[in-house]
Amino acid sequence: MPDVHILVNEFVNQLKKRKIEGSQATAKQTAELLRSVISQQRVPQTNQATALINAVRAVGEKLIAANPVELAVGNIARRVLHIIREEDLSLATAAIADLELSAVSDDEDDVERDDYPVLSAAAVAAAARSTLRPPSLQTLLEDAPISAAIPHTSSSGGDSEGKSRSVDKGSRGRKLKHDVIEAVNELIQDISTCYEQIAEQAVEHIHQNEVILTLGSSKTVLEFLCAAKEKKRSFKVFVAEGAPRYQGHLLAKELAARGLQTTVITDSAVFAMISRVNMVIVGAHAVMANGGVIAPVGLNMVALAAQRHAVPFVVLAGSHKLCPLYPHNPEVLLNELRSPSELLDFGEFSDCMDSASGGGSLHVVNPTFDYVPPKLVSLFITDTGGHNPSYMYRLIADYYSADDLVVKRRPVTGS
Amino acid sequence: MGAPKKSSARVSEDHDELVRVPLQAILIADSFTTKFRPITLERPKVLLPLVNAPMINYTLTWLESAGVEEVFVFCCAHSKQVINYLEKSEWFNQPNFTVTTIESQNSVSAGDALRVIYERNVIHGDFVLVSGDTVSNMSLTQALLEHKERKKKDSNAVMTMVIKRSKTNPAIHQSRLGTDEIFMAIDPDTKQLLYYEDKADYSKGTLHLENSLLADNPSLSLHHDKQDCYIDICSPEVLSLFTDNFDYQHLRRHFVKGLLVDDIMGYKIFVHEICSDYAARIDNFRSYDTVSKDIIHRWTYPLVPDVMNFGNTTTKLERQGIYRASEISQSQSAVVGPFSVIGFGTKIGNNTKILNSVVGEGCKIGSNVHIEGCYIWDNVTIEDGCKLRYGIVCDGVTMKSGSALEPGVVLSFKVVVGKEFVVPTYSQVSLLQQPIEEDSDEELEYADSTSAITSTLDKSDGESDSELSDTHFNPASELGFGGVGYIWPKCEGGHEEEWRHSVAPITEDKILEAVKALEDELELILDGNTLPPSGELKPNSIDSDEDDNDDLRDDFDKEVEETFLRAVHENIQENHLTLEVNSLKLSYNKIAADCAGALFYAMMKYAVDMPHSSAERLTQNVQAVLAKWKKVLTSYLNDMDEQIEVILKFEEMCLESAKEYAPLFAQILHYMYNEDIIEEDAILSWEDEKKEADESDKVFVKQAQTFIQWLKEAPEEDEEE
Repeated sequence: MPDVHILVNEFVNQLKKRKIEGSQATAKQTAELLRSVISQQRVPQTNQATALINAVRAVGEKLIAANPVELAVGNIARRVLHIIREEDLSLATAAIADLELSAVSDDEDDVERDDYPVLSAAAVAAAARSTLRPPSLQTLLEDAPISAAIPHTSSSGGDSEGKSRSVDKGSRGRKLKHDVIEAVNELIQDISTCYEQIAEQAVEHIHQNEVILTLGSSKTVLEFLCAAKEKKRSFKVFVAEGAPRYQGHLLAKELAARGLQTTVITDSAVFAMISRVNMVIVGAHAVMANGGVIAPVGLNMVALAAQRHAVPFVVLAGSHKLCPLYPHNPEVLLNELRSPSELLDFGEFSDCMDSASGGGSLHVVNPTFDYVPPKLVSLFITDTGGHNPSYMYRLIADYYSADDLVVKRRPVTGS
Repeated sequence: MGAPKKSSARVSEDHDELVRVPLQAILIADSFTTKFRPITLERPKVLLPLVNAPMINYTLTWLESAGVEEVFVFCCAHSKQVINYLEKSEWFNQPNFTVTTIESQNSVSAGDALRVIYERNVIHGDFVLVSGDTVSNMSLTQALLEHKERKKKDSNAVMTMVIKRSKTNPAIHQSRLGTDEIFMAIDPDTKQLLYYEDKADYSKGTLHLENSLLADNPSLSLHHDKQDCYIDICSPEVLSLFTDNFDYQHLRRHFVKGLLVDDIMGYKIFVHEICSDYAARIDNFRSYDTVSKDIIHRWTYPLVPDVMNFGNTTTKLERQGIYRASEISQSQSAVVGPFSVIGFGTKIGNNTKILNSVVGEGCKIGSNVHIEGCYIWDNVTIEDGCKLRYGIVCDGVTMKSGSALEPGVVLSFKVVVGKEFVVPTYSQVSLLQQPIEEDSDEELEYADSTSAITSTLDKSDGESDSELSDTHFNPASELGFGGVGYIWPKCEGGHEEEWRHSVAPITEDKILEAVKALEDELELILDGNTLPPSGELKPNSIDSDEDDNDDLRDDFDKEVEETFLRAVHENIQENHLTLEVNSLKLSYNKIAADCAGALFYAMMKYAVDMPHSSAERLTQNVQAVLAKWKKVLTSYLNDMDEQIEVILKFEEMCLESAKEYAPLFAQILHYMYNEDIIEEDAILSWEDEKKEADESDKVFVKQAQTFIQWLKEAPEEDEEE
């Protein structure tokens, strides 16, 4: 058995040194790590959920601190916390129902309980999510009692759980852990298949003979475009190269290899080309609760150009990119300034930076991300379907519980 | 999962035909120099904070992220402190990264360190050799791959040096890092290093390359804008080479140059140039300043304060490059300018300005303080109204109210600067007194390559602890009222160069001075010579009034003249002078006639430059000079053509450069005939040549007419007799 601490430290190190990049990879690894944290965590007789939550919280806090800019880490930590809460809740409700049952029928509860067809909370959530696609009032109403119940248990969960725990000696603990791990597995599955789910919707959005513009490189965008191509749609793609990392070049290469007619343009040519474009489709780094997007640098400019010419600006984002936080000063706090060497050659400009002998007036700033405000986004396409920016907060409420928004603060009742 | 992982690793090892050797690195936690004195008397250089984190952390972090698995930290000076620090840090319990310390008290150089490591027999494969003051974010993969490829093809390729392009300041021949300009000759195809010179002599403006270098290599590129990153990828042979050559001390000056010169063993050194990555070594205060700025400007990403937090405190980057740790209390009216770093728990008072500076943890900065370009370490107290510019202020220093630091000051640990005291520019202040005898032989070790190991007392550890304790008795109040600490006297010769290595920016006048010197140099190069074998010429021996004519004469003539003048001034023997002129003749590919002409010119010039009041006196001068150096001149006058050349030269002089000779032409010609310098036939054929010339050219023929007439008659007389 590997020590979880070692795994955690290793991952923290990788995050710190910016060895892992891309929110998908980070999200997946975070989920896997948290899964092993949960499976290693010894659950006490009482307060099992709290123990798990504390363990995940502690690890989550470390991970977030290691790279606060990679929001996917925090998202996944919060999702896992939410899963634990949901599972605990569903078990608690089942147990209460069970108690009531046993009070009437006076059965062997241990054996009975396992056989009792409890609908796993994850299954409920998944069902709710899948019905989300055409968001209807009905689903909203169905969701309401569950989300209303969450704060109730967490605030007064301690004593009620304590009571119920005394009844089912430990087996519930195993059950909880098992369910949570199941649900986390499902989450991991979701993360790795989010491309496909998003790509499935491509035909609904891309029409014959359209011109699509994108910037930089995003795996989601690539899959999305290729899915449309496979459905025999013929369209053109403009790829803005995405300085200074020029990942657009890679995307263009991939697209061309798959037989799409691709044109590479410079970032600065976006405005000139936008009038010929039917739709802008881009990937995102993270989607904030207000519907704003943290995206590769240059996208704000593209979004403004698109708005000016009334071109739809579509953002593709897997659900792991949905962040329950509101952006505060996102240009600075949620940004990462990378090395200036991506912009210019150190050797060539070294004399301008020699502050000691008179030079030193040259500064280079290389931000990684742009913040695109929600009003510039026409549509989000996530694995559950297309959504308006103003709907994001609602979607987020399904995935996260309000108690976990601040991972850092340790609960007072924790230990 | 751990156990199966381990066993699977073992299995795969069995399958591999090559035993996989973990990548090892040697980190030398001692620079073996005194550049960071007085600070390094109390704390080893690798533990000095660089943007609020000890330097060695940067190096270790880089090594770890570059995939090095085993690091041997070689500690010498203050070894206990280094080891204690590492023990407390988390470096000793990293997965997949082992740090081992090797302690040695009596090593005085990097060479000794490597010999000690060789004896330990811990290095089994290629290793990375760095010093503990290296900051880099380069990826080693490519360099390692190249090194291994070369090694496979040629077992003599023992080392790959990492270099980086960085323009040097042409005025002061110094890189941004305050190190000397390095000249490297590199084979552009194979990237083999052929020549390395870090101590070029600028006064001559020349560089000497071995002829064979040019002969053996079809192409060769010479660089002076490369910075040596002091990151070497070495084969294990390097260690044994150090052991074989026990006099190798310095990695570059002895080892690299030694290998380059030694063509018996045929070891080769290659270079690997990095472009987008960063690498630099902190060698002196100037590079401390430069590298700090590069870190703040994020060239070293991800080794920047907000990403890599070594301690428990987090630092946040705000707009305009201001890095702020947590729990800072800053007055509303205080201003922190762009590109500054403020450490954990620091307090900043009213109306204080902090510009371009790094402030450490737990500092107390009062009101109305002005700090610009300073490096203030931890727990420093700066009282109200102080002014600090371009200085380094170590841990625990107290600056009493109203005191000030002039640019370039270094305040070592726990110094107290008295009220209203102004610490003069470039001073080094410490609680310890300047060690005298040690200082000199440590300097020797680097400055003098021949007598490297003289007396090497164990100054590494004892120095810090013992001295610290017994020098606390009231160091004089050199630092104003209530001040504690010694201002170190400036060592001889050091103060002229201190501006080069200080944290303070180089002042305008120094640059101007340097530019002026450079211009002079250039002039020398332009009107002088490209290949001066005799460079000791004193500048004042060139007369200013003849500068106008200089360009009319070719290099050779000038060279001969200089040689002659030197011979005169230094009383060089005639045959030696002949030798030198001969060598000149060969190197410039001239014939004897040219030598004769040039020598004659030089002599006449010398004669006319000697003080003379009248024409008669001048004649005497000429006679004296010619008499003295006749032998030299005549050795080139075996042929008639050469003698004619001399006469023509003389004629030319009389017309142009030395008109004083014009009236004396015939007289001197007669004298030369008498002295057997010039023979009769030469004079006659000269006259013959001139018959065809213009009237204006015949002035001297006419002047000498009587003499020539006499000559023509003389042989007849002889015949008669």
